[in-house]
Amino acid sequence: MAPVDATLLLATDRLTALFHRHAAVKEVSLLFPSNTVTAIIGPSGCGKSTLLRCLNRMHELSDGAWVTGKVLLEGVDIYGGEVDAVQVRRRVGMVFQRPTPFPTMSIFDNVAAGLRVDGRLPTSQVATAVERALQQAALWDEVKDRLHTSAVALSGGQQQRLCIARAVAPQPDVLLLDEPTASLDPAGTQRIEELCHELKRRYTIVIVTHNMQQAARVSDYTAFLYLGQLIEAGRTRDLFTKPRLEQTEAYLTGRFG
Amino acid sequence: MTVRALRRRAVSALMTGLVAGLCLLAVLPLLFILGDLVAKGASSIDWHFFTRSPAPAGESGGGVANAIAGTGVIVGLAGLIGLPVGIGAGIFLAEYGAGRLGFFVRFVADVMNGTPSIVVGIFAWTFIVKPVGHFSALAGAVALAVLMVPMIARTSEEMVRLVPHSLREAALALGYPRWRTSLRVVVRSALSGIVTGSLVAIARVAGETAPLLFTALGNLNFTTDVSQPMQTLSLQIYVYATGPFDEWHRLAWAAALVLMGLVLVLALFARWVTRERYGAR
Repeated sequence: MAPVDATLLLATDRLTALFHRHAAVKEVSLLFPSNTVTAIIGPSGCGKSTLLRCLNRMHELSDGAWVTGKVLLEGVDIYGGEVDAVQVRRRVGMVFQRPTPFPTMSIFDNVAAGLRVDGRLPTSQVATAVERALQQAALWDEVKDRLHTSAVALSGGQQQRLCIARAVAPQPDVLLLDEPTASLDPAGTQRIEELCHELKRRYTIVIVTHNMQQAARVSDYTAFLYLGQLIEAGRTRDLFTKPRLEQTEAYLTGRFG
Repeated sequence: MTVRALRRRAVSALMTGLVAGLCLLAVLPLLFILGDLVAKGASSIDWHFFTRSPAPAGESGGGVANAIAGTGVIVGLAGLIGLPVGIGAGIFLAEYGAGRLGFFVRFVADVMNGTPSIVVGIFAWTFIVKPVGHFSALAGAVALAVLMVPMIARTSEEMVRLVPHSLREAALALGYPRWRTSLRVVVRSALSGIVTGSLVAIARVAGETAPLLFTALGNLNFTTDVSQPMQTLSLQIYVYATGPFDEWHRLAWAAALVLMGLVLVLALFARWVTRERYGAR
């Protein structure tokens, strides 16, 4: 398991995620230390995306989806009765497998979208925040001259970095990445991976990937999930070089999954 | 070239030709109608046609200014009533219409879409004209609005449904409340489709005659008072076309041409409104 001495921002406690009566994630207890990248790996259908979607309460939006156990954000269970899911999602940003720029909005408006909801930020500060977010997403130099043009005219890789900018603009505590490079070419993939190293200085990152090399490259900690169960978790270096369980080693060496 | 490749080419050419021919067949009636209208109506259209009200029976001259204004007023009023209700219902159906209420509303809308427009006219007569005691443009507008609502509701629903689920999720993940996600992201993405659907519905009811026969009734004089009977182009065409005078028949053709022209302008306007905002896509 991850060391407990790291600053504890996000953790799950016996988290079970269900669709109707089928459990996709079973009693997973994990720690996500602050300012690190944690990779969740495992074969298709092992529940890694579902686990991720439980961390910002997106899971419950699906038909018949519900959750037992806890997800602790700074010690507070986000599934507690008095917690508002919308507020949770503002603190835990998310980027999806396919880039999802809002097609009716310009590049600027896309990044500003999360800042403007409920008018949380005075207009004068929006421009500053948008520039900062685009800088953090390493997209500023490419788009600074066309901020008010359509976001869908960008390339796939740029769109994905735009989505990262949009997610970090409201300065969340946690950034969830759900296979963020699955639809990108190698160059785009590399940029996103480099970005992970930059972004973890400010945010706690959880990345789901089916690509083990990617997990090895970008993450500090890795959790291996199989059939909804947490098989093994630990420092990425340790897990990849000397996994404690036979099952983990089998997956890492490509013998199943 | 092999025989197989030649055969494929021949079949491909044949099918393309067939489809093109059928397409032509589909637009042919429209072209005939338009051509006929221009041939028979264009000669009767002059400045007076747009500026004057009809001349008394038997006299020549006069125009359809009252009918053009009436069509504008009644259809505009119908849109004012029908668009918010129809679009609202459509958004509800697409976003929250999974339950029993949604099923019920959808079913009613489908039934109403198939209801003959004259029945809607009778409905408006029963509930507005009869209690009030006289025919009025307002009653006509309500009848047209009732016709528009199910059309707009169903097209709006389809358009909102076409918005990818991923966009909705992206907005929710950003901390948008559900209603705001619906309005700011989902409906905005579907807006061009909704506008097109609405304008098509407006164009459809602009040509309706049956529901206006016993609601707006018609009026030989120019009026914009919605509590009074009012003329529309479709009613004017009906009166002129069924009348005994050759002069009237000519005017009916001309009025039909003007009505088609209005619908065409509306369609072009719809195209213009929904053009791609950023050009490149």
